[in-house]
Amino acid sequence: MNDIVDAKSLTLTKKDFESDQMVKWCPGCGDHAILRSLENVFPELGIPKEDFVVVSGIGCSSRFPYYMNTYGIHGIHGRAAALATGIKLTNPRLSVWMISGDGDSMAIGGNHFIHIARRNPDINYLMFNNKIYGLTKGQYSPTTPFGAKTKTSPQGTFEQPFNPGELVIGSQGKFFARVTDTNLKLMSKIFKEAAEFRGASIVEILANCIIFQNKIHSLITSKETKEQNQLILEHGKPMLFGKDNEKGIVLEGTRLKVVELGKDGVTVDDILVHDKTTVDPGIHMMLASMAPPEFPAAIGVIRAVKTETLEESVWNSVEHEKKTSPIKTVDDLLNSGNTWDID
Amino acid sequence: MISKKNKVVELEHAVIRFAGDSGDGMQLTGSLFSDSTAFAGNDFATFPDFPAEIRAPQGTIAGVSGFQIHFGRTDIHTSGDLADVLIAMNPASLKANMRWITKEAIIIVDTDSFVEKNFVKAGYAADPLSDESLVGHLVIKAPITTLTREAIRDLNLDNKTSQKSKNMFALGLVFYMFNRDYKKTYTFFESKFRSNPLIVEANKKVLEAGYNFGDTIEAFANTYKVDPAPLEKGKYRNVTGNLATAWGFLAASDRSGRDLFLGSYPITPASEILQELSKHKELNSISFQAEDEIAGIVSTIGASFAGALAVTTTSGPGLSLKSEAIGLAVITELPIVIVDVQRGGPSTGLPTKSEQSDLMQALFGRNGEAPVIIIAASSAADCFYSAYEASKLALEHMTPVILLTDGSLANGSEVFKIPKVKDLPEITPPLVEANDDTFKPYARDEKKLSRRWALPGTEGLRHRIGGLEKEDISGNVSMDPLNHQLMTELREEKVRRVVDYIPDQEVIGAEDSDVLVVSWGGTYGVLLTAIEKLIEEGKSVSLAHFKHIMPLPRNTREILSRYKKIVVCEINMGQFVNYLRMQFPEYKYEQYNKIQGLPFMVTEIIDKVNELLND
Repeated sequence: MNDIVDAKSLTLTKKDFESDQMVKWCPGCGDHAILRSLENVFPELGIPKEDFVVVSGIGCSSRFPYYMNTYGIHGIHGRAAALATGIKLTNPRLSVWMISGDGDSMAIGGNHFIHIARRNPDINYLMFNNKIYGLTKGQYSPTTPFGAKTKTSPQGTFEQPFNPGELVIGSQGKFFARVTDTNLKLMSKIFKEAAEFRGASIVEILANCIIFQNKIHSLITSKETKEQNQLILEHGKPMLFGKDNEKGIVLEGTRLKVVELGKDGVTVDDILVHDKTTVDPGIHMMLASMAPPEFPAAIGVIRAVKTETLEESVWNSVEHEKKTSPIKTVDDLLNSGNTWDID
Repeated sequence: MISKKNKVVELEHAVIRFAGDSGDGMQLTGSLFSDSTAFAGNDFATFPDFPAEIRAPQGTIAGVSGFQIHFGRTDIHTSGDLADVLIAMNPASLKANMRWITKEAIIIVDTDSFVEKNFVKAGYAADPLSDESLVGHLVIKAPITTLTREAIRDLNLDNKTSQKSKNMFALGLVFYMFNRDYKKTYTFFESKFRSNPLIVEANKKVLEAGYNFGDTIEAFANTYKVDPAPLEKGKYRNVTGNLATAWGFLAASDRSGRDLFLGSYPITPASEILQELSKHKELNSISFQAEDEIAGIVSTIGASFAGALAVTTTSGPGLSLKSEAIGLAVITELPIVIVDVQRGGPSTGLPTKSEQSDLMQALFGRNGEAPVIIIAASSAADCFYSAYEASKLALEHMTPVILLTDGSLANGSEVFKIPKVKDLPEITPPLVEANDDTFKPYARDEKKLSRRWALPGTEGLRHRIGGLEKEDISGNVSMDPLNHQLMTELREEKVRRVVDYIPDQEVIGAEDSDVLVVSWGGTYGVLLTAIEKLIEEGKSVSLAHFKHIMPLPRNTREILSRYKKIVVCEINMGQFVNYLRMQFPEYKYEQYNKIQGLPFMVTEIIDKVNELLND
């Protein structure tokens, strides 16, 4: 519920959002790209700079608020979603951006993650997924691939990982997008779309931890393999990928399948067309689940279903009660019901 | 019909206990008797005694639900030690309550439920009505179930529905005993069962039948009358502690001009605060039922950052879960109020019973040096003023405040003189105006040491706060050793200085008595009643009952220094006494502790003081 203000009249630039604090992430960390991208996006949203609030939990990514010149609050581990919800409910006019990581969101904050998705406050939730605990120096996280060797899994992990998109959609989430830290242009586009979407816009950013989990996303992000392993989704367009868009996704029975155009008579008309707005979560869930080597990873906005936001429901109820309740003041309340006078 | 009543005995005060199966409607019966007591002009206090289970097996001791009311023509501060009248709707409720009645108590029983199978369920070997176990009591044997059915036979209600109103028969009978106007209760039926005139009619008939039964039988030698209490002129109502707490926050929201935000997770015995506030959106109160205790408080911190009067409510187990987040509020220096409605612990403990065992947790249960203001409410009505004061201190001093109440205050009720919101003290949070270029996030008020409150959305005040240590004044992240010491001391000193904004500790009784009784929080009513009685008897005893725990009032040391013997009475193993020992080690403290999930009895305090006086 941001006031719509003419962007030009604000004439904000990247500079308006750069903080004077030293950015202390490791050189080469994917987080730098995300910060740059957000600093570029904020001036373009048409929102006054004092209306931005950046909220975070704990972890490398969560130092983010200190690096942006906005209102900011750096919370405790896993609980940023609750902080953000409290802020948004209190002042729905604010543009609330929440920064979190895979440890913060999927482990200690797992409970808050599913509930923010379900409640749908208008919060932009950026989850940096580097599939490792960075700030505590290299323990496995709930998104670390099964069997991966880390400091706390020297024999390989024994646990199946979460796929954040599946959790979002399974938790009644209305917006889910995925992007890589290597594609700044797409990142900015998706951040804008997340900002414009009224509801909990959860964006998974495949981020690289250069120190403890280097190249964890390289199948998806490296120059050599990305064309085969990324399906860049566009609403209303067929799901094509590959060097020359020679491959596509079809629905066969109840499953998705990769096909090649021209092979076995497959034409572009057979290819699934992406509809991010469909309420039914079936295809969205399958898209979120796709992963190399069998499938390309779905990149872009997978799901964006409009519905009333939490704060809209709550404040509409406040307005309704103000109109209809016989109680107008606290004095009215104190004097309501059974009272008696002593003379 | 000719009335058989020939003698009306005037009483100074009386205690009645309604007891039955948890489905028998005893809480409603008690609360309707309370309303009638209010109309009669008495002062009164009530306390419900219900099981942790919603509907424990019918007819068993575990399923007994009780409601006690103490009313009088003088000031009433407690719900009473032992009952003068017991209404027992079944054998289990008789058995469970025999220890809570006086030796001469009148017992009213529903004889229809005193049958073999119920004796077994209650654990009686034989019919207690026909053996020697009730000697000394006047037992009124009323076939309540049968008479209820008879009273509404014309209405052709099904058996189950007609059974439901039998509690009104018992109420009518007690109304007769105490010469109450039973017709005043009709208005309640008419509003409660508005949509069902038949039920209204049934309840009226049964209530009247109960009253007439009392009038007809010759079992009562006397009826009773308690004259109105000399209450101050004004408008009154009955409040429970939880209701008063919720309303105190609404009043503080009104006076401070800040919307109220409650972030909370349901927990016994605190849930009613969340329930009450969720009813009052018309007063700009947002209640957010969080997914857990942690989200409850963390959303509260978010709301506080955004500019609300932000509150979270819980009980002991929830306070444990909130510890880390309280630390975040301490270091970000944001105003929040945490209400802990204490219950029996540790762990799940005794969820529906009361205790004062979270004091140390409130004082010290956090990582790091994390001082907070602590206030403890003294009575159900005082919960209103305590919630108000907690809000005022949090908002004006920019720091978290823990408000300790307890299960007995939360569910107990008493008479409350309705204040006018405009008469309550002013609340002025240190808000920063837009574009104030003197604003620094961690610059402080000279006197209070509070930082200022710059709300997101205000032009020219963008800043960052968070859980990492902050540099003095600028609020930038700082790991500097000397800065950390300075900030730690500032946070501590800020809370200490609240002493200049709270009243001095009062003492009831002489300045030089032989014994000083010290207590705190929810035990006030019992302690006051006991000490007043002792003083009346000419005993050399005084009472210092603490409401401000952190910081303690300025004159605390001076008070403690005046008395030869000090005894600290509390419903725990000695938490406040140890807190006093830490701060004022030069004095010797006796302690009197009870930890049974039950309040003190007036007689227990009297006995303890007499023992010390005779030492």
